[in-house]
Amino acid sequence: MTTPDQAAVLVDPDEHRGGTGTARFVLKKVLEALISIVLVIVLFFFLFRMLPGDPVAAMTRDRVTSPQQIAELREKMGVDKPVFVQFGNYFWDLLHGDLGESRLLNNGRPVADMIGERLWPTILLVGSATLLAVVLGLWLGIRAAWRRDSFFDRSQTGIALTLWSVPQFWLGLMLLVATNGLFPSRGMHSPDAAPDVLSQTLDVLHHLVLPCVTLLAVFYAQYMLIMRSSLLGEMNADYLTTARAKGLRDDLVRRRHAVPNALLPTTTLVFMQFGSVLAGAVTVEAVFSWPGLGQLTYEALHGPDLPVLQGLFTVLASAVVLMNLLAELLYRVLDPRVRTS
Amino acid sequence: MGWFSVQFQQRAGRFARVGAVVAAATLAAIPLAVPAQAQQGKVLRVALTTGIDHLNPFTAALSASTQIGRFTFEFLTIPNAEKAEASPALAESWTPSPDKLTWTFKIRSGVKWSDGQPVTAKDAAFTFNRMLTDENARTANGNYVANFETVTAPDDTTLVIKTKAVQVNMNLLDVPIVPQHIWEPIKDLKAASTDTLAVAGVSDGPFQLTEYKPNEYVKFKANKDYWRGAPKVDELQLLVFKDTEAAVNALKQGEVDVINRLNPNQFTSLQGQQGITTNAAPGRRYDELAINFGVTDNANNPIGDGNPVLKDINVRKAITQAVDTQAIVDKVLKGLGQVGGGVVPAIYADYHWDPSDSEKVKFDLAAANTTLEQAGYKKGPDGVRTGPGGAKLELRLTGHANRSYDQGVAQYVTGWLKDIGITVKQDLVSDDELSDRTAVGKYDLAIGGYGTNPDPDYALSLHTCGARPAPDGKGGSTDTFFCDAAYDDLYKKQLTETDDAKRAGYVKQAQARLYSQFPTIVLDYQNALEAYRSDKFSAFTTQPQPKGAILEQTGYWGVYGATPAGTGGSADSGSGNTVLWIVIGAVVVVVLVGGGIALSRRGKTAEDRE
Repeated sequence: MTTPDQAAVLVDPDEHRGGTGTARFVLKKVLEALISIVLVIVLFFFLFRMLPGDPVAAMTRDRVTSPQQIAELREKMGVDKPVFVQFGNYFWDLLHGDLGESRLLNNGRPVADMIGERLWPTILLVGSATLLAVVLGLWLGIRAAWRRDSFFDRSQTGIALTLWSVPQFWLGLMLLVATNGLFPSRGMHSPDAAPDVLSQTLDVLHHLVLPCVTLLAVFYAQYMLIMRSSLLGEMNADYLTTARAKGLRDDLVRRRHAVPNALLPTTTLVFMQFGSVLAGAVTVEAVFSWPGLGQLTYEALHGPDLPVLQGLFTVLASAVVLMNLLAELLYRVLDPRVRTS
Repeated sequence: MGWFSVQFQQRAGRFARVGAVVAAATLAAIPLAVPAQAQQGKVLRVALTTGIDHLNPFTAALSASTQIGRFTFEFLTIPNAEKAEASPALAESWTPSPDKLTWTFKIRSGVKWSDGQPVTAKDAAFTFNRMLTDENARTANGNYVANFETVTAPDDTTLVIKTKAVQVNMNLLDVPIVPQHIWEPIKDLKAASTDTLAVAGVSDGPFQLTEYKPNEYVKFKANKDYWRGAPKVDELQLLVFKDTEAAVNALKQGEVDVINRLNPNQFTSLQGQQGITTNAAPGRRYDELAINFGVTDNANNPIGDGNPVLKDINVRKAITQAVDTQAIVDKVLKGLGQVGGGVVPAIYADYHWDPSDSEKVKFDLAAANTTLEQAGYKKGPDGVRTGPGGAKLELRLTGHANRSYDQGVAQYVTGWLKDIGITVKQDLVSDDELSDRTAVGKYDLAIGGYGTNPDPDYALSLHTCGARPAPDGKGGSTDTFFCDAAYDDLYKKQLTETDDAKRAGYVKQAQARLYSQFPTIVLDYQNALEAYRSDKFSAFTTQPQPKGAILEQTGYWGVYGATPAGTGGSADSGSGNTVLWIVIGAVVVVVLVGGGIALSRRGKTAEDRE
């Protein structure tokens, strides 16, 4: 059986010109992404310099400090130098992977280390929640669109929208109270878990359940609604009528013809969202004391520990840019129409 | 896309379904699989709601980190549990020379580091000398040695410290003593290796570090050879909570045994709960309403933008008469605090000062109105008074925007001052913005406060002329910008007075002088709010006694004196309803597996039919 899409792939006019078109496209997109990241770095640097607050005063607040100590700190942190010199140093260090040093949270520790140590817990949490949210969202979205205006559609859309609008920290706390100690309420590891690999893995999974479910509950709605609307858009397409006319079962028409086409916008969304979901985990990580980037952001905001915040925002913004780049590249692979146009 | 997807779906569809069922079943089974725990002995679990920066006692500056230093290292002296006064620890005794410039400490013998080496006066001398010679070693406690001239250990049990000028806190140097044989080879005290157990774990305090998972928890085992005797628990855990509500919930569910830093709402919600005892202890902090009386820098140049009307002591007096500190304690703190007097909180009873009946400026709106009337501030038709130049009495009130305490106080003060014909414009701001403004006198009224030490020197020093900033606005450590010859004289007298009772007298007179000039109104001393599982722990040693704090201490008494409830009463978390959960979990697994099989059957038949 041949769909119109397949025909397009087979006679892709781009193929004759070899890979140059594709290479130019990729190069252009990568360059754009790099420029965005540099702009983000410049913007953050000057934005953070405009915030009120003397960093040395913030560091020594509520602590007995002599004037000599304060002068020493001022010189060490370079805050007495002109701002463009500071930027030059910052950017040069950044090229070497140096994001500066923490001031309040972990005085003197490289920010890059602090972010590195928090990265994996966040990827585990956000990754598993996104994966489950995509699976659940797509599945519900497909069902809901196929049986548009049915009880299933209405109730599921209603539930998803309700959960989407609930504050994450509140939902997290409610889950904590409702599960009544069945799942641990903090962190990623229990100090009492046995040291063997199996117990440790189970322990991490056990800790993962509540934060993951909270994120999942809040995030699946967007995937569901996008899937639903894009499938609805495909439902009256001619090729579906053809497929039905061939006598295919409704189930198969949906799975083999409608869904693959409707998946395109959703794929883009998954990637674009992943970057912002990283940042969206802040409140959930705070409620469950999950030792990830979100929690670090929360702590750094409280200080405020500006070098840490600046490093975090730079990393998070770069993640969003990279994910958008990936989405654009992947879209080209997935949808031949983008390539030919 | 279409082609790829169809191929993929055909191949993977079946597997995906089976995979989904397996994944769901695994998720459901996790709670059943977990009880594989290496549980042993009596464990005290403490909820930690603030951050840890370092284990290295030289660089550990955050309060949770210094607390870890207290649990693991011994100090020369520590504030005792009864009255928070200097008491022997590593030093059995200490004697100042007549000029108070040379202090000789007699070091206890027989104390051992956790690696078996003896603790001697040389370790103490090394610790202080390292701080004198290495800038990084001064990160956390540098202020204690700023005034030191030499530190020597003539023999293993004698430590001699010479200071450049008289230093009052010599009998309470809050510096953990570290083992010389471990720390001497370490050249860079900022190296990450100094936060590892191999370095920071060699200690001589009541507890010894056994595991540190950054951002998650710290584990300690009891030091069975501790010179005061082994602690009553076998293990101590500090569990990191970033959300105090979650920590409160964990206490209710028995996941932690002790929690502190509760807010009044959380505290009252825990009162009367089965198996939980709450503890409201006198706090170490004073809250105040600072009044900008025309502040100056340390060269006596006026700085800031305070309303000039506040230079008139009568206006400041009227404001003081119009602020009902009792109402603030009752309404804003829900009764969980003490009414303010002097700047030394009531917890330090020996140095705390309360105005006598004749000194006290009582809350009396009518009297406040009279004070202003007599000073020549007449009420206009709109009820707002006007100053000598015809300007209306309008004051800005600033404070921390993120603290509900500041919000509450701002509301009450605004209302009271309205009643005496003064308009208040509230302008609560971020912490940074607030310290920027108060550091250079850009406020009329500011809600603030300071944490204090057992020694009153710090709390008093905040109000001396020398604490004011330099003309460039930097280098100040002042709270109120107060500069008064009589006060400074009393401050200097207490600094050099060797007789404790006489010194306390000067400390109280200084507070009385401050009170009489109205540069600030000490509103209250908030209680330290704590709660613990009384079904698992029968007693903790508080500081001070009888009514003191468990965790909010300068010392290790709370965790060291933790007594598990009953004999052999294991302190691990209850698993009473495990059976119920196993049944529920099993049902979920069966339903999921059954549903999955049914689904995949349907899928198969559909494909077959094609």
